[in-house]
Amino acid sequence: MKVLVPIKRVIDYNVKARVKPDNTDVDLTNVKMAMNPFCEIAVEEAIRLKEAGTATEVIAVSIGDKACQEQLRTALALGADKAIHIQTDAKLESLHVAKLLAKLVDEHQPELVILGKQSIDSDNNQTGQMLAALTRRSQGTFASKMVIDGGKALVTREVDGGLQTLSLLLPAVVTTDLRLNEPRYASLPNIMKAKRKPLEVIEADTLGVNLTPRIELLKVEEPSKRQAGVIVDSVEELVSKLRNEAKVIS
Amino acid sequence: MSVLVVAEHENGQLKAETAKVINAALKVAEGVDVLVAGYNVDDVVQSAANIAGVTKVRVVDNALFEYQLAENTADLIVEIAGGYTHILASASTTGKNTLPRVAALLDVSQISEVIDVIDSETFKRPIYAGNAIATVKSNEAKKVITVRASAFESQSEQSACEVEILSLALDNTLSSFVSVEQTESERPELNVAPVVISGGRGMQNGENFALLNGIADKLGAAIGASRAAVDAGFVPNDMQVGQTGKIVAPDLYIAVGISGAIQHLAGMKDSKVIVAINKDPDAPVFQVADYGLVADLFDVLPELESAL
Repeated sequence: MKVLVPIKRVIDYNVKARVKPDNTDVDLTNVKMAMNPFCEIAVEEAIRLKEAGTATEVIAVSIGDKACQEQLRTALALGADKAIHIQTDAKLESLHVAKLLAKLVDEHQPELVILGKQSIDSDNNQTGQMLAALTRRSQGTFASKMVIDGGKALVTREVDGGLQTLSLLLPAVVTTDLRLNEPRYASLPNIMKAKRKPLEVIEADTLGVNLTPRIELLKVEEPSKRQAGVIVDSVEELVSKLRNEAKVIS
Repeated sequence: MSVLVVAEHENGQLKAETAKVINAALKVAEGVDVLVAGYNVDDVVQSAANIAGVTKVRVVDNALFEYQLAENTADLIVEIAGGYTHILASASTTGKNTLPRVAALLDVSQISEVIDVIDSETFKRPIYAGNAIATVKSNEAKKVITVRASAFESQSEQSACEVEILSLALDNTLSSFVSVEQTESERPELNVAPVVISGGRGMQNGENFALLNGIADKLGAAIGASRAAVDAGFVPNDMQVGQTGKIVAPDLYIAVGISGAIQHLAGMKDSKVIVAINKDPDAPVFQVADYGLVADLFDVLPELESAL
């Protein structure tokens, strides 16, 4: 079975995003970039499927400018067999990404597409669901466990009230939550080997998808800051303040 | 403007988030329709019909929608989407699961986790884990939106509005429900509780979370946890408050033994009053707390419980 793993290059999760002084966007100049953490989990899950003999081929794909090839090389070093870079400088919305990915799904017919549930920059949490819709596939979002068994994927999902398990008819789209697995690090020999693995570049505008923006970004601001309050000396003082000053307890 | 709000419900009961989503929707239109899709949903329909501002509740009561799975629920919403300019749902795991599927089928871009409605096409939403707030304008003829319920007020009641029964039996041939492990709790749900008390890595183990019970009982609070406490296996993951867990904004938030990683703060910093209890005076959580107490939580918790 073939597995497609779309990944995204984003701000490193340890770096705090700063808003540009002119409020047009977040400033990413000279900021450390990395693979989106949820995408790392998706890559790991695909590689584990390959190691278990369930998957025969793992294809990593990323959409963006040339820099995202760095994350594709990482995916190859982690164990993906080949990589596809869909080249574009355009700022894309989740729907555009899903449409571009749908073209690859049509061409490669993977039984499984595994993606991160959201990217830590735009925080949209849309792409996997949209891809499932466009390719008319079953979807298992926010997965914390996945078992492939006879044409079906049993996916346990992290939902608000607990855990829900669904049986998905393959081909399926699965999005990863944090506790699906713990991603490995790439070893040095594998990083060297990854340099020789195939990386195909496709120009986004050859795929026949209209990438015109549908949502305008008018302004980006710092969130209103909370002022640090007071340090109290005792439980007694705390309870008294909550009762009489903040009036949040009776 | 004509707005459809997709009702959030579970175990035959309407969830409190729905009234908050309706509150957001009423900033766009004077009245809203509510869709209740599920099985044996009489109580849900009744509760929805009594929320002020609802003009009509549209009901699909069919075993095919018992588990509100994304595939056929999305098809159903698309089926009735025609007359609406806006389709809104809570940014809960149910809304997040279904609405992007609806948006893609309608060929529109979705706006996720709206925290403020400026006008019928302009909205505010957090990006980068809440480190920035984006104002976005949708140029789509149909706006598909998920709403962060904790950012909106609830609605008062009205006498029941019109209820329309729809017979749309759309099958789901792609996925099926297997099982659910529901976290049993007598306490209010995290995202709607007026008071939340959360424990972090400082709790040291799962058993010690029992120290929060007495306090939660006295305050009518929900109990949450930081990602560190969840990752350490102290408590189940549906208790996680933070960027990748639940976003809460109660009147009172008490953080116990939580250092205050950005990830956690993103999930609670809109609370009205924040209390931090930590023995490390340099813990970042004190920078957002209205009241801080630098002390050992194992001394403080029993004392706090008896002082309430």
